[in-house]
Amino acid sequence: MFLAPAAIIMALCLLYPLGYMVWGSFRDWNPSQTIGEAEFVGFKNYITLFYDPAFRESLGVTLTFATVVVAAELVIGVGLALLLDRNIRGMSILRTLFILPMMIAPVVVGLMWRYMYHPTVGTFNKFLKSWGFEGIDWLGQHALMSAIIADIWQWTPFIFILSLAALQSLPRSALEAARIDGATAWQQIIHIKLPLMMPVLIVTALLRLIDAFKVLEVILVMTEGGPGLSTEIVALRISRTATEFRELGVAAAMSNYLLILLLILTVAMFAITRLQEARAARLARQIQEEG
Amino acid sequence: MQYERQNPAFYALLVALIFMAVGPIVLMFANSFKLDVDIISGTSGLLFLPTIQNYETALCDVLWYEPEHLDFCSLKFGGAFINSLIIALVSTVLTLVIGCMAAYALVRFTFMGRDTVSLTTLMVRMVPPAVLLVPVFGLWNNEFCLDKEGLIGGAIRDTFGGRGDVCLAGTHSGIILIYVAMNLPFVIWILQSFIVQVPRSLEEAARVDGAGPFAVFFKIVLPLIKPGLAAAAIFTFRIAWNEYLLASALSDRNTKTVPILIVNNMSEFNVEWGVIMATGMLLAIPPIIFTLFASRQIITGMTAGAVKG
Repeated sequence: MFLAPAAIIMALCLLYPLGYMVWGSFRDWNPSQTIGEAEFVGFKNYITLFYDPAFRESLGVTLTFATVVVAAELVIGVGLALLLDRNIRGMSILRTLFILPMMIAPVVVGLMWRYMYHPTVGTFNKFLKSWGFEGIDWLGQHALMSAIIADIWQWTPFIFILSLAALQSLPRSALEAARIDGATAWQQIIHIKLPLMMPVLIVTALLRLIDAFKVLEVILVMTEGGPGLSTEIVALRISRTATEFRELGVAAAMSNYLLILLLILTVAMFAITRLQEARAARLARQIQEEG
Repeated sequence: MQYERQNPAFYALLVALIFMAVGPIVLMFANSFKLDVDIISGTSGLLFLPTIQNYETALCDVLWYEPEHLDFCSLKFGGAFINSLIIALVSTVLTLVIGCMAAYALVRFTFMGRDTVSLTTLMVRMVPPAVLLVPVFGLWNNEFCLDKEGLIGGAIRDTFGGRGDVCLAGTHSGIILIYVAMNLPFVIWILQSFIVQVPRSLEEAARVDGAGPFAVFFKIVLPLIKPGLAAAAIFTFRIAWNEYLLASALSDRNTKTVPILIVNNMSEFNVEWGVIMATGMLLAIPPIIFTLFASRQIITGMTAGAVKG
């Protein structure tokens, strides 16, 4: 009985719309029609999209963006966590300041970076010029890189905080033992800390990867997908197809492609985690039997 | 507690990191107090005459006096701010109440394991708002309507005016509904991990003393899971407050939220940097305040998600 409101809302506002979307993706549908009036076209939307170079490009952009962002954030975030895992004064203040970027609205983040990247007014180019360098065309030629930098700024703290929490919950005894056996700092990191953090790191990476596919507002405000299609990620393309080109059917088909892609990624990550857990459990059992 | 001494290079690194994390925010804060002339010529970063003119322009529709530099009030920021506030607060409260009930039921009268809940959470988290855009737009405009010939729909239409059917799109409740649905799984997930820790014997003791099920829930369980509630509230509020895409599809002229306003002003050709930074700053202030006062809860919420799950 307590569950009923939650179940009803979820069914009505998540499951039903998703089903509706799948249904709509088989139709030639524009916003002024109801779904019943739209013509049924079978798989036409999916096939058109599959051969559509613009869609392929934005898929490529999305994949590049997501992989680069997650990889860079993992390296920087975990690196910082390993470096800052010390008993120092003011750690909590540091963490507080680090969370700020992710709490602020993506729209505002986009706004800040658009200002800083501005070719004449922006902070970066002014700085470069005051040191006698050429200004860089941040949002022109290097738009994708600029978007990646902004995202790294916003989300590295997420990985940092999670890996710091993981580090601090590691069993002290293992580290003590390693230190007594004379392991160097590097050996400790590579052979003990990283393997023990692995489960958390995988989940974190998965969450970030999923979120990286959802990034839309920052890029929308910064570049509006341009120049050309160079930063038009799939999420942005969906919303433009729906609102500017008024082709809801195609947008729905696109959403389905994105959803399937994400589903595959999630399931793959889940499978990997399970496999690793199984292997770890087997190892533990072997050690017990031997000992 | 003993603190270790570190070498100076380490502190230099810390300062650099803090500068990188907070720098852009401080920069925006500073710019929101500058005139456009100062931003564009921008001789030096910190030497300028602060002015609140940008904020006056942004808030002109709720100010009690008329700012001198304005001819007419084009930016309806105040209204959007109130819309944002209503939507974010109502959806946070609703999500918490419904989520709390569901989480309690899941823990105490188990018929679904924690695995199911975390799987659902992950699945819902996986769905990008952009994917929901099309169906939600279609449904809210066409299906979730009260027929204008019908009893309730007719009554609403007569009271509030307007043509056609009464639909969810363009109302506060339409936007609130989708936010509640989007945040529910996450909230249930977090609250569940807190409710599990409440010892069952405590509840039984209260029941023996004659407390009904509702009294047990409100007097025993609720106070014990306060940190979890705080974390869940902050996360829900943040999403509802910051969201742009779905709000832009569902709102009309009168229910615009702040992010929509900012994006609309941004895409115009000649950007007034000072004013736009002021609006951005106003949008950013509530989350910043939360972060400064409740960072511990936020970190709990984030780590409860990944480390324990």
